Amino acid sequence: MNLSKDQLLAMYRQMWTIRHFEDEMAAAYMEGKTPAFDIGSGPVPGEMHLAAGQEPVAVGTCMHLRKEDTVVGTHRPHHFAIAKGIELNKLAAEIFGKVTGLGKGKGGHMHLFDVEHKFSCSGIVGASFPPACGAALAAKKMGKDWVAVAFAGEGAANQGAFHEALNLAALWKLPVLFIIEDNSWAISVAKHQSTAIPDNSQRAAGYGIPGVRVDENDVLAVYEVVGEAVQRARRGEGPSLIEVKTDRLYGHFQGDPEVYRPKDEVAKLKANDPILRFGNQLLEQGMATQQELDAARDAAKADVDAAFAYARQSPYPAPESALEDVFV
Amino acid sequence: MATERELTMAKAIAEAIDQEMERDERVFVMGEDVGIYGGIFGATQGLYEKYGGERVMDTPISETAFIGAATGAAAEGMRPIVELMFVDFFGVCMDQIYNHLAKNTYMSGGHAHYPVVLTTAIGGGYNDAAQHSQCLYSIFAHVPGLKVVVPSTAYDAKGLMISAIRDDNPVMYFFHKGLMGLGWMKYHPRSVTPVPEEPYTIPFGQADIKRPGNDVTIVSLAMMVHRALDAADELAKEGIEAEVIDLRTLVPLDKETVVNSVKKTHRLLVVDEDYHSFGMTGEIAAIVAEEALDYLDAPIRRLAVPDVPIPYSRPLEQFVLPSAERIAATVRSMME
Ligand SMILES: Cc1ncc(C[n+]2csc(CCOP(=O)(O)OP(=O)(O)O)c2C)c(N)n1
Repeated sequence: MNLSKDQLLAMYRQMWTIRHFEDEMAAAYMEGKTPAFDIGSGPVPGEMHLAAGQEPVAVGTCMHLRKEDTVVGTHRPHHFAIAKGIELNKLAAEIFGKVTGLGKGKGGHMHLFDVEHKFSCSGIVGASFPPACGAALAAKKMGKDWVAVAFAGEGAANQGAFHEALNLAALWKLPVLFIIEDNSWAISVAKHQSTAIPDNSQRAAGYGIPGVRVDENDVLAVYEVVGEAVQRARRGEGPSLIEVKTDRLYGHFQGDPEVYRPKDEVAKLKANDPILRFGNQLLEQGMATQQELDAARDAAKADVDAAFAYARQSPYPAPESALEDVFV
Repeated sequence: MATERELTMAKAIAEAIDQEMERDERVFVMGEDVGIYGGIFGATQGLYEKYGGERVMDTPISETAFIGAATGAAAEGMRPIVELMFVDFFGVCMDQIYNHLAKNTYMSGGHAHYPVVLTTAIGGGYNDAAQHSQCLYSIFAHVPGLKVVVPSTAYDAKGLMISAIRDDNPVMYFFHKGLMGLGWMKYHPRSVTPVPEEPYTIPFGQADIKRPGNDVTIVSLAMMVHRALDAADELAKEGIEAEVIDLRTLVPLDKETVVNSVKKTHRLLVVDEDYHSFGMTGEIAAIVAEEALDYLDAPIRRLAVPDVPIPYSRPLEQFVLPSAERIAATVRSMME
């Protein structure tokens, strides 16, 4: 793999940025909700879906992407947004519902839009696939070598939109990647209860496009597989489907009682934390010193702390501004 | 009545389904997370433990397939209850609903029957933003062929659910998240009511006068019934007696109760948590204008979401949802 030390450390730092962001968010989200959990109180509005444990998919993929490439995320969007390079301050402020946020506090955690970094997402499961095809179609029509990436969970791959988008992308040879995060669960429904075959990447065969499964929640493994697909897309050779095995360390949403999940599952997953494993790998291969790893981790924490301070200090939008922005 | 146990709306709905499943083996439940989870809003709690995965089926996230399948199963004589977590998600499977489930009976000349109950959650007030906070029942009421039920209390919820399951037509059953009595969401205490243990039905098309009054008629449903009642309590202190009508079902619609009330009070305010334009408020206003215009002492007023998507940020959401204060203020302005 042709990654420099700086790049490896950047990936490591970015994974920590995501993890710190999610951990800070988990804590902020619970403020004012205790002792009784009340979804409508505290500084962070609404529902909260965190992606701790799923950092490798976002970071391994987005390392290949440029600002001009489009990413469409899901209801669990923070890791994709951060990996795509969205400004942390604006991201945090949006999630706190502040006027300084990406959407002036109107969109919120599941509806992040950053035109500059070509990022969007949706709270509707399966909704990421078609718009990514559209972005890829536009790139093709404009003669650009840009690519589009649709991320989605393994649950979303049972939506009609997924199958229609795959066919369209294959038919039109669109420069698009469909990347499935297989965290085994769609809320309380396990993959084997919802999907007739074990591996979504096999579904690529039905559309005559490449399908690859990454069986480990490993950032370098993702980086390698996605790299080939991105190059293929930029060369005009069409779409790819990639499914990555990953781990959801927290509940489906914050406050999820997780009655459906085997008691020891999370402990096992935490023992195999992809960020810690990656750090150890870098140490073992002599790619970084412990000091360098600690520095990267601390720098990530400082960025996140600054973003949360910015978000908390930012003002709320004026109530009447609710009536603005329906049309441009 | 005084000795009757009280239930939350979620428990009342689950009990209604349970009793009908016991009574009629053709009734089954399917949807996302309706099994061991018991439904994200608790509407199927306890059913999986009692009836198992054959009659309480978790589905893939494939709404077109499983909601369309309810239509097909109903045509064969089964009586499916099918849940789609949030009303906001219906876009992905709308064709199966409004072109098939809603129309097949008519297109078959009344020969084909589709006893499907389609349940879903509505409403905001807890900052879940534009794709998770809508009401949208008027969209379904607009299309002929679907009965539309929107309860506001546990008592109504059970009786209307049993009626829905026994109805040979497709019924859309909307429950408001803030009325379900969930441990993790503030709920209006008035939604928790005494509920008889035995099965009972509430006929569709009978609005309920939740509070009688002579000065103004407030027509509403779901959460806004309770906001209207809160406003009525305030207004009563000022000597204004509001009559609060809970429509309970939009299809069929009880025009008579509304029109008779306006003939008595001479004023109409319609309150809705759905969007303002082309919705329930317009429909009720039009009916009263057609049938009781001469009785009105003040122009008809409407309070609803002012034609913007539901915003995420708390001050913005509070600004767009009708509040008890705003209802009371509107009534005061109508009394001048
Ligand atoms: C069309 C639609 N149906 C249902 C839902 C409710 N819902 C939200 S997330 C979710 C599970 C998604 O699972 P998966 O795609 O595997 O992603 P994960 O949450 O595991 O990241 C469901 C059913 C929704 N948001 N949109």
